[in-house]
Amino acid sequence: MTTTDLKLYQIGTFAAGNRLLDPDERSVQADPGRANAITSGHRACQGCGEALGARFVLDAAIRAAEGNIVTANATGCLEVFSTPYPESAWQLAWVHSLFGNVAAVASGIAAALKAQGREHIRVVAQAGDGGTVDIGLGCLSGMFERNDDVLFVCYDNQGYMNTGVQRSGATPPAARTATTKPVGVEPGNVFGQGKDLPRIAMAHEIPYVATATVADLRDLERKVEKAMSVHGARYLHVLVPCPLGWASASKDTIRLARLATQSGLFPVFEAEHGVVTATTPIRQRVPVEDYLTLQGRFAHLFGEPGRPDVVARIQAGADRNIVRYGLAAENEVVPHG
Amino acid sequence: MAEPQLPFAITLGPGSSRSDLTGSWRTERATYVTRQAPCGNACPAGEAVRDWLYDAEEGDAGYERAWRRIVETNPFPAVMGRVCYHPCETSCNRGQLDESVGINSVERFLGDRAIELGWSLPAVAAPTGRRVLVVGAGPAGLSAAYHLVRLGHDVTVREAESRPGGMMRWGIPRYRLPRSVLDAEVQRILDLGVRLELGVRVDDLAGTMAAEHFDAVLVAIGAQVGRRAYIPAGSAAHVLDAVTVLHGIEAGERPLLGRRVAVYGGGNTAIDAARTARRLGAADALVVYRRTRERMPAHESEVQEAEEEGVRFRWLSTIGEVEESSIVVEQMELDETGFPQPTGRTEVLAADSVVLALGQESDLSLLTGIEQVDLARGVVHTSPTMMTGQPGIFAAGDVTPGDRSVTVAIGHGRVAAERIDVWLAGLAPAPEPPRELAAFDMLNTWYYEDAPRAHRPRLELVRRQSTFEEVVEGLDVDNALYEARRCMSCGTCLSCDNCVAVCPDNAVVSLGMPGSYAIDLDYCKGCGICVAECPCGAIEMVPEEI
Repeated sequence: MTTTDLKLYQIGTFAAGNRLLDPDERSVQADPGRANAITSGHRACQGCGEALGARFVLDAAIRAAEGNIVTANATGCLEVFSTPYPESAWQLAWVHSLFGNVAAVASGIAAALKAQGREHIRVVAQAGDGGTVDIGLGCLSGMFERNDDVLFVCYDNQGYMNTGVQRSGATPPAARTATTKPVGVEPGNVFGQGKDLPRIAMAHEIPYVATATVADLRDLERKVEKAMSVHGARYLHVLVPCPLGWASASKDTIRLARLATQSGLFPVFEAEHGVVTATTPIRQRVPVEDYLTLQGRFAHLFGEPGRPDVVARIQAGADRNIVRYGLAAENEVVPHG
Repeated sequence: MAEPQLPFAITLGPGSSRSDLTGSWRTERATYVTRQAPCGNACPAGEAVRDWLYDAEEGDAGYERAWRRIVETNPFPAVMGRVCYHPCETSCNRGQLDESVGINSVERFLGDRAIELGWSLPAVAAPTGRRVLVVGAGPAGLSAAYHLVRLGHDVTVREAESRPGGMMRWGIPRYRLPRSVLDAEVQRILDLGVRLELGVRVDDLAGTMAAEHFDAVLVAIGAQVGRRAYIPAGSAAHVLDAVTVLHGIEAGERPLLGRRVAVYGGGNTAIDAARTARRLGAADALVVYRRTRERMPAHESEVQEAEEEGVRFRWLSTIGEVEESSIVVEQMELDETGFPQPTGRTEVLAADSVVLALGQESDLSLLTGIEQVDLARGVVHTSPTMMTGQPGIFAAGDVTPGDRSVTVAIGHGRVAAERIDVWLAGLAPAPEPPRELAAFDMLNTWYYEDAPRAHRPRLELVRRQSTFEEVVEGLDVDNALYEARRCMSCGTCLSCDNCVAVCPDNAVVSLGMPGSYAIDLDYCKGCGICVAECPCGAIEMVPEEI
């Protein structure tokens, strides 16, 4: 026990800032001069995880690029709630694209900047999970393959939320959506389908792939900074809970992201050139029920009679992640099987 | 409003969304609050524990600020950091997370630092010309004198003993409270201008008040008469009482206890007597108590320390007879109400002396003749204002009913001083505003670092069995800072900036100074994330009036 370790700062680096820390040890979000890339007045729902995630990512990217940044945005919630004509919540150079082509647009911007000799201006592409894993996957794969100098950020809220909560390739098994009703033998979304885009990105062996959530601001900011420090194709996958689509309380947005990581359902890791280089171990492990029962989209799994068999399959998936990425906390023995 | 001229191909102005006041969606608003932390709520001395820990967390200059905050209520931090049974720690929310914050050890660190560096108590107010007599220079009397003199009153303390301190000196052994510490903290109070008259017993309070024109009197004479119980004893039996034994040792005597000492009772005084007997050379110190360990009024930490020093315990036993070198103990059983009942099974144990520690009573003879003071059951009864039935006569400390400890007495002294001050001014006491308690479930403990408690080292066992050196040692600077920073700041903003960071609508504004934030109600949609993610429960949602 190292009781004389004076690194203890009461809330240390888990919170955004801390009066006991030097200002440069605090998060970008704790900086009163942060860029606020997406500002007040946007029309995201109460407690929107995506609005939060976009500001976290872009404020950190703006600081890393010293303001020399341009961003391309796919169609999706983020575009719809931030730019209802004639208003825009963006406070950086921002261009709208179609649902499926934002990776191509960003590649084009990067190529144009290179042709102009203005490569100090960095390009960030952003999209929701629909624009990333489904509609935009072809353009994105091309961007990866060409190793274009773009940071592509996917804000994953696990469905097509602004069009009425339809299933996407990132919707988790058993979740209720408008297109996967909680009826029948296998209620909600099916098991065994969907796309794990961080691993697809790793398969392209691009320089940097990372996952993060809005629940761990310090980790997210560090990954953005690291991504901005390298050139070539980079991919950042950020879990952003959606109170509307997940049927959860607006106050629980960050809590849900935290429970997703602490249950093992959402592994947080980094990979370079196709190899996992770091994982964030689970700090306070919880069963998947803790995460699922806060969400109306999984309500059909609980109550009488409930579907403990389905919950067990979800738990098995979480356990598999914990083994695959080595997420077990120190001193914790993970049961096999 | 004229459209701003935008550059080529720019169709929407940056940040133009701010004209859309999305705060109109809100049905509840986030509001900053300060809740009562359980530590301060539990403190019998009324210390604002969390607030002084907040200062101590900064270290260096923060230590003096923390100490100054303590002495706003309690002029004895170094004493308290040793002898308080710290109900603050018992109620500390961190106890539900890992271990409670070592508040008592940090207080002692601050108290010792103040003595070492010679920090002086705050200056006194302008003289009011009112004269107050405090009878008894124990913790209640000295605490009251301190607060009264700070309020500008002319204070005289009369003490029957030759030295000040009351039970802090005559009851608590030196191994728990070194006298240099006590003397330093008492002297600091006297330096403010309190007049202390030693060796003066007040026998006739009514007469004294009338003759010397005191405007008010505080009776804080304590309870130092050992309660006796009838136990058949042979003519050669050696029976003493614990208060007399402890008093005698402090006065330089060495009471003849013999090799085998039986202590009868289960309170802290019994433990003090047994541990003292060990230090005086008793090979065998046995505590005989009629109930079980769980029901013992003595504090667990002291029982443990006594056991470490070789004190033995015999639970569920009473002493029936005492002879010259033996006692007869009877086995007891608890009935269904938890009360001990005799079983008739007896046993003879060797004992050279018996020390009775069966509680203490007050000598209330100074109040005889003052009809209006209620002395039922041997204690002085007061109203919540601490005034007795006789206007101008107040009472505090062990002489009043209720818990008896140094901490309670110090708290009594402060409250009594405030009430006397208000009474002298002819005012009614201001009601305490109720404050909501910061319960554990209002915190988001995820944000606190995992930090096991720093424990104070203890004196090696051999020296504890033979000397009166202090048993529990203090924390060093590093450990004290670490321990202070384990505080979760329940119910008060600790300025972590989380609320500023987690708002999806940028509706939480940092105002610059640590801990000063505001909610921008033009844009707060009332999602409640700031409340859920506030580590210390310092924000709440309040319904909007619609």
